[in-house]
Amino acid sequence: MIETILDVVIGGLLLGGIYALIAMGLSLQYGVARVLNIAHGEFLMLGALATWSLYTVFGVNPLVSLAICGPITFIIGFILYRTVFTRLRISSGSIGAYEGSSMLASFGLLFIIQNIALLAWRSDIKGYTYLAFPVDVGGALFAANRLVTLAFAVAIGLAFYLFLARTRLGKAIRAAAQDPGTAGLVGVNINQVLALCFALGALLAGIAGALISMCYPVHGTMGLEYTIIAIIVVVLGGLGSIPGSFFGGFILGLIGSIVTSIEPGLSLAAYYVLFMVLLIVRPTGILGR
Amino acid sequence: MNIVSVISHRSFLLGLLGLILVLLATLPLFRASTYTLLLLTAIFMYIVLTVSWVIFSGPTGYISLAPAAFFGVGIYTAAVLGKVLPLPVVIGIGALASFCLALLVGALTLRLRGIYFAIFTFGLVVLIQQVLLWWEIVKTHTRGRFVIVVDNTTIYYVMLVILVLLLLTAYSIRRSKYGLALQSIGEDEEAAAHTGINVTALKTITFAMSAFFVGAAGAIMATKWTYIDPYIAFNPLFSFMPVLMAIFGGMGQFFGPVLGAVIFAYLEEVLITKFPYYYMLIFGLILVIVMLYLPGGLAGLVQKWWKGGLERRNANT
Repeated sequence: MIETILDVVIGGLLLGGIYALIAMGLSLQYGVARVLNIAHGEFLMLGALATWSLYTVFGVNPLVSLAICGPITFIIGFILYRTVFTRLRISSGSIGAYEGSSMLASFGLLFIIQNIALLAWRSDIKGYTYLAFPVDVGGALFAANRLVTLAFAVAIGLAFYLFLARTRLGKAIRAAAQDPGTAGLVGVNINQVLALCFALGALLAGIAGALISMCYPVHGTMGLEYTIIAIIVVVLGGLGSIPGSFFGGFILGLIGSIVTSIEPGLSLAAYYVLFMVLLIVRPTGILGR
Repeated sequence: MNIVSVISHRSFLLGLLGLILVLLATLPLFRASTYTLLLLTAIFMYIVLTVSWVIFSGPTGYISLAPAAFFGVGIYTAAVLGKVLPLPVVIGIGALASFCLALLVGALTLRLRGIYFAIFTFGLVVLIQQVLLWWEIVKTHTRGRFVIVVDNTTIYYVMLVILVLLLLTAYSIRRSKYGLALQSIGEDEEAAAHTGINVTALKTITFAMSAFFVGAAGAIMATKWTYIDPYIAFNPLFSFMPVLMAIFGGMGQFFGPVLGAVIFAYLEEVLITKFPYYYMLIFGLILVIVMLYLPGGLAGLVQKWWKGGLERRNANT
């Protein structure tokens, strides 16, 4: 009994690490840059497939790929923000209108990125084995790669928190999250900061994708599922709250793990029920203002 | 007399519409090929999805991603009841079931801020899909269902009837005081409430009405597909496509969404078998380009040209 519980809890935490990463990324994109980026999961997919290619074709260690995929998705994200979303933000009349139009534009990006990836990588399901030996955690067995994933997720999450809390740039981002207009007045280069947030979100997604590829099979249409999970976690943790997204990720991972242990087919449905109840009862999230 | 002044004449437009309707209604009598009928049915379906989306989301600005849910409810109604009840009853039940679902969802969620409403409605599609999949596999031990077969001409006529009814409904809503009220909700909901509009009730009813037609379309389309499963019936694409077509066509004018749906449905037909990936890629590109450079959609372009023509005519006289 104890072992089953441990199994479920640790399994949930392992899942939650990934969720926390992608949700922090989306939290930056939606909470600060006001883009509910439906293409968020596509950056994750790009990271995952690139890592797969680097490993199977060039023999690059997946942990090294983290340092390659992150910057690449960062640059793509930055360019996309400056070419598409900055223009939309300026031409939109209100924040509400911008949220709507940027979400629809990100739908377009989803189709574009996904289908380019399908052309480049084909639609078959891919996988490789890396660090797949079992490790004993208090009586329950887990693959080493999942533990590595969790360690990286926690480390990156902490690093991000420190970046936002302690650095000058982090302060500018927090100011932009509270009020872009006023942040601009006190000397924050708002277009650059918002683009940076969007790009950092893409970077987190790319890194999460590289980590996911070590544990799960990857394919060109995997992105949307993770986007949806990220949206749920962001709402769960509270919009614009980076720590909220971090802990929300682990909470959702635990819930997913518990539901899967009872009724495997219903974990995604359970996420939605939780999400819908949350939207109606407490739309500001658990750590939201 | 230039061309603009001729085609902006009211009687000309009505005559043209009547002519198109008569042509479409008599088409199967001229031994039109099965391909033509199927293509037109698909185009009608997309017009129904798009125009019914615009009824609610156009004026209010609430982006609904629920059409796939209502469509799927219609489809499953046909799959479950198609064998025991006559076709018109099945379609009616499909439409009513969607209507009721939309009433419930609308009453629950239309207080939410715009963007939350979009996420919620999208979540609804996948929630129903997942629960249904689980139910079919665990409880009924099947994955898909077979739907009774109906001949293509009947499907064509049923879809045409749904389409005409929908266009009449959409047009009368647009011209009535309710249309004006919806428009004012889109402009400023707070102000609309203060002028005495029962905002929540109006939004919910309109949302449900748009679901009604989508459910009916789903019920008849199911008979064309003959085999369905939760992934086919609750395919999120049926939520994205209407939005894309409406924005591409432009929501400022009544004909905009219709135009967008016709063009896209035809594009899909031409491209999807040959270049499936390019086809979605092109969709994405068009969506981004329209968002960036053509906020009024095609209708906005046509209107510009139209106005230009009228001004030229006035300058001549």
